[in-house]
Amino acid sequence: MSVLIDQSTRLCVAGITGREGTFHTLNNRNYGTNVVGGVTPGKGGQDVEGIPVFDSWADAVSQVQPNTAMIFVPPRFAADAILEAAAAGVELVVAITEGIPAHDELRVYNTLKRDGHTAGTAGSGTRLIGPNCPGILSPGKANVGIIPASFFEQGNVGVVSRSGTLTYQIGNEIARAGFGCSTIVGIGGDPVPGSSFVDVLELFEADDDTELVVLSGEIGGSAEEEAAEYIAENMSKPVVAYIAGFTAPAGKQMGHAGAIVSGSSGTAAAKAQALEAKGVRVGRTPTEAAAIAVEVLGGASVGA
Amino acid sequence: MDLLEYQGKQLFARHGLKVSQGLAVTTVGDALIAADEVGYPVVVKAQVLIGGRGKAGGVKLAANESEVREHAGNILGMDIKGHTVRTVWIEHASDIASEYYGSVLLDRSAKQPLVMFSVEGGVDIEEVAERTPEKLIRHHVDALAGLSHDEGVQIARLGGADDDVIDGVADALVALYEVWLEEDATLAEINPLIVTPEREVKALDSKVSLDDNALYRHPENQALSDKENEDPLERRAKEEGLQFVKLDGDIGILGNGAGLVMSTLDVVSHAGGAPANFLDAGGGSNAETIKQAVDLILANEAVKAVLVNIFAGITRCDEVALGLIAAFGEIKPSVPFVVRLDGTNDVEGRRLLGEAALPNVHSAKTMNEAAEMVVALAAGQSVGAVA
Repeated sequence: MSVLIDQSTRLCVAGITGREGTFHTLNNRNYGTNVVGGVTPGKGGQDVEGIPVFDSWADAVSQVQPNTAMIFVPPRFAADAILEAAAAGVELVVAITEGIPAHDELRVYNTLKRDGHTAGTAGSGTRLIGPNCPGILSPGKANVGIIPASFFEQGNVGVVSRSGTLTYQIGNEIARAGFGCSTIVGIGGDPVPGSSFVDVLELFEADDDTELVVLSGEIGGSAEEEAAEYIAENMSKPVVAYIAGFTAPAGKQMGHAGAIVSGSSGTAAAKAQALEAKGVRVGRTPTEAAAIAVEVLGGASVGA
Repeated sequence: MDLLEYQGKQLFARHGLKVSQGLAVTTVGDALIAADEVGYPVVVKAQVLIGGRGKAGGVKLAANESEVREHAGNILGMDIKGHTVRTVWIEHASDIASEYYGSVLLDRSAKQPLVMFSVEGGVDIEEVAERTPEKLIRHHVDALAGLSHDEGVQIARLGGADDDVIDGVADALVALYEVWLEEDATLAEINPLIVTPEREVKALDSKVSLDDNALYRHPENQALSDKENEDPLERRAKEEGLQFVKLDGDIGILGNGAGLVMSTLDVVSHAGGAPANFLDAGGGSNAETIKQAVDLILANEAVKAVLVNIFAGITRCDEVALGLIAAFGEIKPSVPFVVRLDGTNDVEGRRLLGEAALPNVHSAKTMNEAAEMVVALAAGQSVGAVA
């Protein structure tokens, strides 16, 4: 098994006709993901390499029944695209777009919640992953987003991360040590993500094929602290963590919109401490985090 | 983007929040003219994006011309914790009966707007929250409905505002919420929110942070922020569209992906080095971006060695290598480089770099090894494994 995406995924892409949208959609299809359509207002009836394009999410849903949406449209159109896909009944929306205003994300999150969609509760309405995330990869099954699949093997490690490249770094070290992943979920680096660490940890806990979870966090907000509480109370599976940004100065946004230490809150040290206080082992470098994961799984570390 | 006090107050005024009349000036002469215009007594306030202005002597009351000349003269050019005062705000002095506190911010944990109010204003609000948490009212707002006047009244009552200003405080909170919402702010704070002897509720200070991602829908706000005190390298990076933060060390850092670059800073510090910057060249960065990035890093004279740490996903290592080769051709760096290329097309990238035989460029296999090498090089030691 895996979480969120697998062979039953039917993917439809908002922004499929854009340069990046086309490139990554075709990459996902080449990987084996079942891409059933795309949505670009005004381009309904066209196709992208045989993938039918629709004017609206309602059209796409009635014609090709997607259960997963990928959002690849520019920031100013992204919030409405997410809400339109949800309103049309798509169960999972993966928003790759970076640069969506925080107030739009707040509106999206609270609209989904009001309309009975909950990121977090399986089986009820739409779940949003992202925005500003690399997407989801279930190795050997499906790839939705921009995660380079070649760095990961199929296996039993669940990965959840706020950062893309850091996930590749850690996942690749685990793969080199001979282990693979059930699913890699990028929840994104923005201040108001649709799904949090806790939401994804819950999925991994319930997934038979996931034996261990690697959580990769960074400065800003308190999602890691909330994850620590959740892990202590609800997780039977081991979790290994890595936190980036120990040397980040306060008040400076470090690349991601959500990666900022405000006053004395959101520091990497506080997050690592909160996790360790609940018995979660935290690697000081990505290599160390991967090595701990490998050790817990019973393998030999490949070292630095 | 953080706004200066007077810029925040101008936004406040636009949304109907009461503020004192004032003028922003950059010379003593203009300060005198401004004081005449707003009327004595005036307050001369340093405009810097750092707390503790008052304690540093950056806020002074002036009753007459000679006091304005003296205070404006002292404050203009003053250094407050590394920020040079270029602008002072001349404001008509307010009589104060009470000092309250009000703010609206984005609560990332609750994923809702949070309105905070206290009658203990004029002091560090984090201290109030710690010492007497019952005196800081925290009210989550339904993001889709907004803050109603009734809710404002409820917050003011709960916080213990004087009976005769409950409505005034509610109006101020609703206006502050409007600033937060309509200007795409992530924080809008008034400390102190004063009550005058005439029972008027006014914003005596402002702290506003705007969401950079939303600036496209606020062209009028794009020119704000503290341009003069912005680090020149950070300003240049912004103009070139690079994600760059200047730091205090001597090891230049170039990587792709915010998380990986943050992690690179940590690993370099862990190895005993001090990073000179954060620079995320971004996913899919091409040769041209890499060249620009190298140029920017080397514009910092403190840099003694540079670490290029790439784990390529969408980015291609051969593109990064070509960018480095082009950069070396034009810039001819005088400091050593350590390059770690991993991921998409890494073999090709390393081959290109090897063939180019760039002077003083060292290749590393892993992130940890790269960090140790660059720390040694910055300290003037030699390392093996020249590419």
